[in-house]
Amino acid sequence: MEAGHEEDRDQPGLGDEMDAILVDSLSKKFGDTIAVDKVSFAVKEGEFFGLLGPNGAGKTTTIRLLTGIIEPDSGSVVIEGIDLIKHPLEAKMKLGCIPEVGNVYQDLSAWENLDLMGRFYGLPRQERKTRSEELLSELSLLERKDDFVRTFSKGMRQRVSIACAMIHQPHILFLDEPTEGLDVHSRRVIVELVKKMNTQGSTIVLTTHNIEEANKLCQRVCIINKGRVIAIEAPEMLRRAYEGIQMVEVAFDRKVDLSSFASEHVSRVEAIGDKWRFYTDDTDEAIRRIARVGEERGLKITSMTTAGPTLEDVFVKLTEGTI
Amino acid sequence: MNCSLLLRGVFVVARKDMRIYYRKAPVYIFGLLLPAFLFFAFFVGRQLDIPTYFPGFLAMSLFFTASSVGPIIVPWEKQAGTFERLLSLPVSVTTIILGDMLAGALFGLLISTIIGVLGIAILGLSVTNVTLLAVLILLGNLCFAAMGELISSTGGRTPSNVMMLSALVRFPLIFISGVFVPLSQMSGSGVIFAYLSPLAYLVDGFDASFSQSSVIPWAIDVLVLLVFTFLFAFGARKLLRRNLMKGV
Repeated sequence: MEAGHEEDRDQPGLGDEMDAILVDSLSKKFGDTIAVDKVSFAVKEGEFFGLLGPNGAGKTTTIRLLTGIIEPDSGSVVIEGIDLIKHPLEAKMKLGCIPEVGNVYQDLSAWENLDLMGRFYGLPRQERKTRSEELLSELSLLERKDDFVRTFSKGMRQRVSIACAMIHQPHILFLDEPTEGLDVHSRRVIVELVKKMNTQGSTIVLTTHNIEEANKLCQRVCIINKGRVIAIEAPEMLRRAYEGIQMVEVAFDRKVDLSSFASEHVSRVEAIGDKWRFYTDDTDEAIRRIARVGEERGLKITSMTTAGPTLEDVFVKLTEGTI
Repeated sequence: MNCSLLLRGVFVVARKDMRIYYRKAPVYIFGLLLPAFLFFAFFVGRQLDIPTYFPGFLAMSLFFTASSVGPIIVPWEKQAGTFERLLSLPVSVTTIILGDMLAGALFGLLISTIIGVLGIAILGLSVTNVTLLAVLILLGNLCFAAMGELISSTGGRTPSNVMMLSALVRFPLIFISGVFVPLSQMSGSGVIFAYLSPLAYLVDGFDASFSQSSVIPWAIDVLVLLVFTFLFAFGARKLLRRNLMKGV
């Protein structure tokens, strides 16, 4: 469906033609608390974009601002060339949103919920019917389409919620922690559907606590803390930017005095169960040093593994404000 | 502003409200049972002049029914977690207010039309100004649905608390508005209080349309009801937007 109205677009130099979402100096305060502080970024058409941050970082407020649920104190949001502040209805026609607290109507059936959402987007009756059947079938809910949503499990309700957000085949889909607290089956079904939408050309913006999920799905992630953007990069690029936190994990046959391992290439050592984790900026030098000291002390190395930084390591580093 | 998007939003919001909130118990209790009990308490078994009191009773039932749907919608949606989703759809606060108002007004319209027709048919009352009666029924329903919406927008998240507030506002109004004591028989401070109540203008307008015995010119009644409707709707919009600035 082609939603929105070309004649209502605000074009003048607001962004790149390829930007699906353009956010500029977006700010929001609640009382004295700054929830979002001059956040700026752009999301390209067809991109899978992640918003990561600890609790209270401002992710949900950012999503609410980007979807027109609340209005910013300052700054602008442009959705496919349409200024969300000036033309909220037209811009919202382009969006699908699964808000953090975005339940569906429990006093309606799954079918009625989808039909209602389709009406909000102006879909004709036949299209509402076809899309509802497709979505409920894909989300394994077709057999229960006429049951009240209040009789559904949390995972099923969330699947109805996802279907409601997709009924009009939005160009841009916002998902605020969509798989939080769900069973494995529901999580898998939702992730697969969202991935499919992305491969079909929709732009996806996902907030999640699940860093592994963001790592697997997102082409770029934006790390937010205390309402500010700390970094925006591809997960792989972020990891590479922090190669100084390479690790060598070693297990010895007995207790050791760690002071002997001190080296200019080993920045920190920490105990992980019966193993020792050496943080280094040069894996080769660290391994040589560990092997040499081990031989001098007559220590037997029972296991050794190396690893680069995970996205989680990078995330923790960034949000601790230590880098 | 895109008017077709706005109008579509208003009708879909109203449709949603009718499907979901017409079935809620508080709507029946505060919208139908309460005026019925008041009718039995004050009108039945007493030697009253029916043509004198029927306009007041019709206004009271319209007032209760039209203002019974609005107060539960926003708090119910906030509590159920559907309000945030609603705001993410192509609707604005204005759309939501107008849609909720429409749903409340249609409920009131249905009930007050039934009562009006039954009153005229069974009691044999004559209507001297049918057009005025129709305009007042429409306007009264919109006005009191907007009042319900204003109560709904005060920020409460618990429907029962908002219904209590609603009862607190609505009960005093029926006692000062010429429902039980005709406006023509009021004097002193009673008249001043009556003129502060929008319900008094509806009662007076109904008096004019049934028996041409109104205290105030009917055009003033219509005008004041229009002003109250805009004030209630505008106030509801302002309150809802202000509460949204504090968070969903």
